[in-house]
Amino acid sequence: MADRRRLIALAYIAPAALVYIGFAIWPAIHTVYLSFLDWDGILPATWAGLDNYRAIFTDSMLGPSLWHAIVLILFFAVIPCALGLFMTALLQGTTRGMTTFRVIFFLPQVLPLVAVGITWRWLYNDEGLVNQGLRAVGLGGVTRAWLGDYNLALIALGFIGTWAMSGLCMVLFLAGAQKIDTSLYEAVAIDGGGPVRRFFVVTLPALRGEIAIASVITTIAALASFDLVFVTTNGGPANQTTVPGLLVYRLAFNESNIGGAAALAVVLTLVVIVFVTAIRRLTREKP
Amino acid sequence: MNTTRTAATARYLVLTGMAVAVLLPFVSIVLAALHPSGSQISGLSLPESWTWSNFADAWRAANFSNLVMSSLIIAAGVVPLALVLATLAAYSLATLNPLGGRAISIGFVLGLTLPIELVVIPLYFDLRQLGLTNSYLGVILAETALFMPFGVYWMQTHFASIPGELLEAARVDGARSFTILARVLMPISWPAVTTLGLLYFMWSWNQFLLVIVLMQDPDMRTAPSGLGFFVGQYSTNIPLLSAASLIVIGPIVVLYLIFQRNFVSGITQGAIKG
Repeated sequence: MADRRRLIALAYIAPAALVYIGFAIWPAIHTVYLSFLDWDGILPATWAGLDNYRAIFTDSMLGPSLWHAIVLILFFAVIPCALGLFMTALLQGTTRGMTTFRVIFFLPQVLPLVAVGITWRWLYNDEGLVNQGLRAVGLGGVTRAWLGDYNLALIALGFIGTWAMSGLCMVLFLAGAQKIDTSLYEAVAIDGGGPVRRFFVVTLPALRGEIAIASVITTIAALASFDLVFVTTNGGPANQTTVPGLLVYRLAFNESNIGGAAALAVVLTLVVIVFVTAIRRLTREKP
Repeated sequence: MNTTRTAATARYLVLTGMAVAVLLPFVSIVLAALHPSGSQISGLSLPESWTWSNFADAWRAANFSNLVMSSLIIAAGVVPLALVLATLAAYSLATLNPLGGRAISIGFVLGLTLPIELVVIPLYFDLRQLGLTNSYLGVILAETALFMPFGVYWMQTHFASIPGELLEAARVDGARSFTILARVLMPISWPAVTTLGLLYFMWSWNQFLLVIVLMQDPDMRTAPSGLGFFVGQYSTNIPLLSAASLIVIGPIVVLYLIFQRNFVSGITQGAIKG
């Protein structure tokens, strides 16, 4: 009787599970299968074994794209989290007017990245706000079309991520810091600890969970980025800003190399899983 | 006393500085959008003549009537479908102790970290075979599937937070499981459902990669995906591009300002509970 009820309970899950399996899980498995094929999308496919995976490590395009995505983690995840923590240390306890600030800081989170990208194309333009600002402070010598600069385009792209992600980290950390028991701070004060000690002994450990979450979200955004790169640099100049997402799209839908695209997608997913697992390990509560 | 006052002032100065850094890009494109179409402009500058017609021109040039309509059709399909499916599944997982429930929950949660890149290639080829590319239904089903992990997880945490006595009381009264969901749980679940619905709308509106792959017909693309190609055509006409971007940003910003509490709590809490 109880088992029958537990079977019937599955009926509630069935519609969601069917859509999820049919349009997410099955395609994911199918991608793994395609990654072992040599297929142009039209003619019959042939078995390619590990060739597509080998190509990722030998091809002059594919390997660097993974490296670029990992560099972006610095700008999408590391800097925003560090900035968020610094601001939390600085602002902790400020409550008046925070709602307005929170609304502003969070704004980049809800915007379509395509529009964010177009906005920053303009800001980084020869005549854009960034160069205008540099000229205004007497740094006219370093102005350039940032997204077209061979050495700096990836960094310029990264700072768009910093702009978009810092607010999320800050809002998460400030909310977490509000839950910290103030008596802990008093205890540190009694021991003669200053604000720096207070931050490292109380705040940082207390925000472990929030730091884990913020790092996971922002790291995935860096590794799996597509929209932003597609509209800002489209991988240029000279492939200096290619990312895996961009090449998956290009290989599969412009160059008819379905197997290669699938293999890159699988490797990208594995990289995401490795990073997410590492972050979870590092931030786990020590027993 | 004076030092705390100074400290407070310094804090607000830092906060204001950050806020300006976030907002300045918007000021820049709003001003750019008001310059005459195709004109040479520099950084932050007030236009000599305020050109509101850029918005109408961008609307026509990018064919936003079709794009916005597609966006709304897709969102109108995704939001209710995904909400109903996620709510039903989460209700069962959280309160009915289904067979294999734990494994099923884990299966859904795993989807939270899957990048779209992993599914997009076969989705295109499989859906093409089913006649579901260049089709609203195809995009709706794919987005519903991709948003499912978060929705199930969000509603499951919500239902799990409801005191068990409430459900027990209804069960003792002999209510069937569906009646309990509809009559007892749903009336107190609207805030959670509203937040999830808003997030679904935002994700659906902002979705890019999936749409440009599944919709090869430019007229059926959504507003952001149309914008992505509009850039290529008008890459040097900054006033027009800025106006087009503002058109795409507009609806989601308005929604965000009205429901900011839901958006902030949805994204932050949704993240933290995981």
